[in-house]
Amino acid sequence: MRVSLFITCINDSLFPDTGRAVVRVLERLGHQVEFPLAQTCCGQMHHNSGYHDDAVGLVRRFVDTFQDAEAIVIPSTSCTAMVRGQYPYLAQHVAKDEGLLRAVEAMAPRVFEFSEFLTQKLGLSDVGAYYPHRVTYHSSCNSLRSLNLGDGPLTLLRHVSGIDLVELPNNRECCGFGGTFAVKNAETSTAMLTDKMRHILSTGAEICTAGDNSCLMHIGGGLSRQRTGVRTVHLAQILASTAEEPWA
Amino acid sequence: MSTNFPTRAADGLRNTQQRRNLAKATNTIRGKTAKVTAELPDWEALREAGKAIKREAHAKLDQYLLQLEEMVTKAGGHVHWAADAAEAREIIVRLTRQAGTDQVIKIKSMTTDEIELNPALEEAGIRPYETDLADMIVQMAKERPSHLLVPAIHKNRVEIRDLFRAEMGEHGTGLSDRPPDLTRAARAYLRQKFMETKVAISGANFAVAETGTVGVVESEGNGRMCLTLPQVLISIMGIEKVLPRFDDLSVFLQLLPRAATGERMNPYNSLWTGVHAGDGPCEFHLVLLDNGRSKILADEVARETLHCIRCSRCLNVCPVYERAGGHAYDSMYQGPIGAIVTPQLRGLEEAGSLPYASSLCGACHEVCPVKINIPQILVHLRGRVVREGHAGKGEALAMGVAARMFGNQGALDWSLWAGRLGQKLLMRDGTLPWLPPPLSGWTLSRDFPALPEQSFRDWWQKREDK
Repeated sequence: MRVSLFITCINDSLFPDTGRAVVRVLERLGHQVEFPLAQTCCGQMHHNSGYHDDAVGLVRRFVDTFQDAEAIVIPSTSCTAMVRGQYPYLAQHVAKDEGLLRAVEAMAPRVFEFSEFLTQKLGLSDVGAYYPHRVTYHSSCNSLRSLNLGDGPLTLLRHVSGIDLVELPNNRECCGFGGTFAVKNAETSTAMLTDKMRHILSTGAEICTAGDNSCLMHIGGGLSRQRTGVRTVHLAQILASTAEEPWA
Repeated sequence: MSTNFPTRAADGLRNTQQRRNLAKATNTIRGKTAKVTAELPDWEALREAGKAIKREAHAKLDQYLLQLEEMVTKAGGHVHWAADAAEAREIIVRLTRQAGTDQVIKIKSMTTDEIELNPALEEAGIRPYETDLADMIVQMAKERPSHLLVPAIHKNRVEIRDLFRAEMGEHGTGLSDRPPDLTRAARAYLRQKFMETKVAISGANFAVAETGTVGVVESEGNGRMCLTLPQVLISIMGIEKVLPRFDDLSVFLQLLPRAATGERMNPYNSLWTGVHAGDGPCEFHLVLLDNGRSKILADEVARETLHCIRCSRCLNVCPVYERAGGHAYDSMYQGPIGAIVTPQLRGLEEAGSLPYASSLCGACHEVCPVKINIPQILVHLRGRVVREGHAGKGEALAMGVAARMFGNQGALDWSLWAGRLGQKLLMRDGTLPWLPPPLSGWTLSRDFPALPEQSFRDWWQKREDK
């Protein structure tokens, strides 16, 4: 299949390894991957902060860039939720543009979060990964509620050889990131993060993974500040790792 | 902004006893509500039905309200229309004065708190006595409720014992902190009030247009006392509470107790229609309050706000509420529902920080018994905060710059280059432990990852060039 990547601005600038891992997994599975260079950001930060007119500009840009894509794969649960769940709101209630609404609605069924693409579109549970580490999985709020990914990401992890997968207590509770919430309400966000870190540490895992690098940036930033020795790694990097080519 | 959530939340976060009390209480309620909602095979259908009935009631609100007025009047009651809080206060104070009394008993009512009735009564020389146990505690402590349904959730029993000892006269002398002893003292104290007070003021959970019936559900029986013993009953309700048909109650009397406290049915369900000679109050007044509700109704995205049946389930699942506490919302309506109700009632200029008091995790939407899409309304209101000019100038500037950066690939590349250069001054062990304002909130507790030398785009283009 011809897969168009929307890599997201955070992954592009701060976590390029996640994008490389996605490419490695998809190519290993025999798909043709393309990266449209005109892409930038889905507009989530502007949208969630109330800058809706700016967000509409980015919706239009996204639609122009991915109009002809067969499948759009996004290694971020929150950006996928933004494109699928919030673009119609922006088109209808902010831009008040019928044409744009039709365009985003027509596009939505071709938009997939990375793990969702593997499990639901391709019907896979084993992607041939090897990752000999003790790992706990943080289900991001968007994977749980906006995208309803259910057990998909965990199924992929369970099929990774060598992995020691441990359940995260209170795994349905938000880590406290919430985009600009982490900055605007820094102290409340920190209180939520502290509890999340306590649960992660209680598992004895070396690595906390998730399908969204923004949650992981927040959790990982706290784990680093506390010198816990626990790292965060995007799900795609675990799935990209093999016995022959381990992911560093 | 007088309601500044981040500042007020900081106080709640530092109150470690309150945080423990809240975590324990919300955890317990969460468990109970999850259990009893899961045991109904048609819970999802009930939620849909609740939402559909509310939608219908609000679509023809004018008709149903007039029908309600007609039926209440026919049954011997009196209906009063209040456009805002001041008008509602004036009506209730006047009716109480006409009854010739200097004290009233009150049933737990969020609407009377919304219109700040108690201070108005006191100013008119009328002493209001809250009879809901938790409301009584909050009133005695001269505090404000911190939870829609459990107003004294922030207090533990030792704190309550001390309060009763100080405030209850003979009933509080030598009191222990055992719940049965506390309950016995409250009961003895309240019985006296029920027996000697002529006027009661209540809220209303529902009012049925078809029959003119008004209803209150509660757990302690104090409500029933207030609704039956006094001579005059004054009930106030927001206009959104009207239900078209009597049968609609069958949906909400299941939804509310299960979602609210995890009970299968409320211990006390009181319904009354007008007045009946020799049975209950001989005078009944119903005050119908708008106070901004018709404005909410006019907003096609936010109008779902009015579906709320005040069960407080969204508070009990909200990770922000659990940590910051109810007083952080500076409102009668706290938690996720408060974060959308309060700014719409009071205006964004005053309460514009509340739509941001959420990480948008969606737990509130997931459990709401009438399926209010709270996260969507929060985001919608944030759009209004920005459009109406209540956001900070610095933030607006930064967002504008970011939008231009994302609107142009060259500008994005340039800012990444500048960022890589700039971060060299701040970097330590590959991360940034300090960032300047407005990002300093991040580095309060978190390191920030340094920009890697090569972006994904650079990597991809190099690979394609080969």
